[in-house]
Amino acid sequence: MDVKAKKIRVLVAKPGLDGHDRGARVVARALRDAGMEVIYTGLHQTPEQVAETALQEDVDVVGLSILSGAHMTLAPKIRHLLNEKDMKDVLFLVGGIIPEEDAEKLIAAGTADQIFTPGDPLDKIIDYINAKFASAE
Amino acid sequence: MLIRGVLMHHLVKDLLAGNRRAAARLITLIENDDEEKRSLLKEIYPHTGKAFIIGITGAPGAGKSSLVDRLLQQIRAEGLTAGIIAVDPTSPFSGGAILGDRIRMQDHALDAGVFIRSMGTRGSLGGLSRSTREAIQVLDAFGKDIVIVETVGVGQSEVDIVKTADSTVVILTPAGGDSVQTIKAGIMEIADVFVINKADLPGAERTATEINMMLDMNGEKPWRPPVLPTVSIKGDGVDKLWEALQEHRTFLEDSGKLLDVRRQRVRRELTEQVEYLVKTRIWDEVRDTIELDSLVEKISKRQQDPYSAAGELLAKINFYKGDHGEGG
Repeated sequence: MDVKAKKIRVLVAKPGLDGHDRGARVVARALRDAGMEVIYTGLHQTPEQVAETALQEDVDVVGLSILSGAHMTLAPKIRHLLNEKDMKDVLFLVGGIIPEEDAEKLIAAGTADQIFTPGDPLDKIIDYINAKFASAE
Repeated sequence: MLIRGVLMHHLVKDLLAGNRRAAARLITLIENDDEEKRSLLKEIYPHTGKAFIIGITGAPGAGKSSLVDRLLQQIRAEGLTAGIIAVDPTSPFSGGAILGDRIRMQDHALDAGVFIRSMGTRGSLGGLSRSTREAIQVLDAFGKDIVIVETVGVGQSEVDIVKTADSTVVILTPAGGDSVQTIKAGIMEIADVFVINKADLPGAERTATEINMMLDMNGEKPWRPPVLPTVSIKGDGVDKLWEALQEHRTFLEDSGKLLDVRRQRVRRELTEQVEYLVKTRIWDEVRDTIELDSLVEKISKRQQDPYSAAGELLAKINFYKGDHGEGG
């Protein structure tokens, strides 16, 4: 382990009313094992809390876990708040029960950089993040 | 990297003006050992020394984060501002970390008077992260009245916090072992305030008695740590804890001990900086001009011993060449 290397910091956030965070925890654990620093917010976060936490923790990646169906409201709201806070560069990922047409809309609108849904292997998320930051260095 | 340097210089100005994004960015740059780290810290340093630093330590699951959350309520009710540094362990295997302390503090996430930052230990073993001290300086210069440092969940001997904080709170829980544990060296020696959290569980009173007995064996001391029961999830006893911390601060200030403590800290910092510069200088020189491999070869063949070789190597180093200690 190289303790000097810059670490990728990821905020795993559970916005809104859904109370299931097993998936978010599994993802957090996988990212940890991939050498990332993962900040987990806990349940029931407002969009404002998620954006402000991303700012204070100065994360490189924000990953939302939304299983409640409210992704078309929550994701754009959080993206907007992040942009307002001068965090346009943050990699913005959304995971959860997201129908394909919604996923396409969120990406086309520039809200999300990528969408992950149940059945996507964990390595897919890790590889996606690592690839983004490998090319940025 | 002149342009980059100028941009970073702006970050310090923004920090002093109260910009939260600048505070967050600066902590990242310092934590990542950016090449501008030392020059940034130089600029920040004159603006530090105002915040009162409280350390919170205890075993995993003792209730450190919940107690910090409750303390924040007290601190904010008095109109004071606070910065929190919450440290969690970095994996020695993957280098990754789960930083989960702020889950308990998220009610304060939108309070402009509170700034919370999570840090992984990144190889440091004393209960703090590699850059905790520097992060404190950032939050101090940022203008926070109180800086609270929450250590990783500790065992018996991770006591770096005592070198870093003005007041140290050690959190214990009931039924944490027999009375011999209370007279062991290490964590039991560093508390300015003891907290028995989860005091609604059986055994709390006995634990308090055992710690009080241990403290009474210490004889007359100018400051006798109080032992306070709390139930952090309900907020019970937290007002008493805040009172005790204020009393300890008054004691430190009135007795002149605060100056002593801080002078010791500065001495340590200075020593570390000198050692850092000497080390860097030596290895720069060794890399540039001195052939290390041939020495290693000789020593391996027992043609020379490492002790005299080290002495010879040091004698060749020119400590007066060029300008060092500036910038990176």
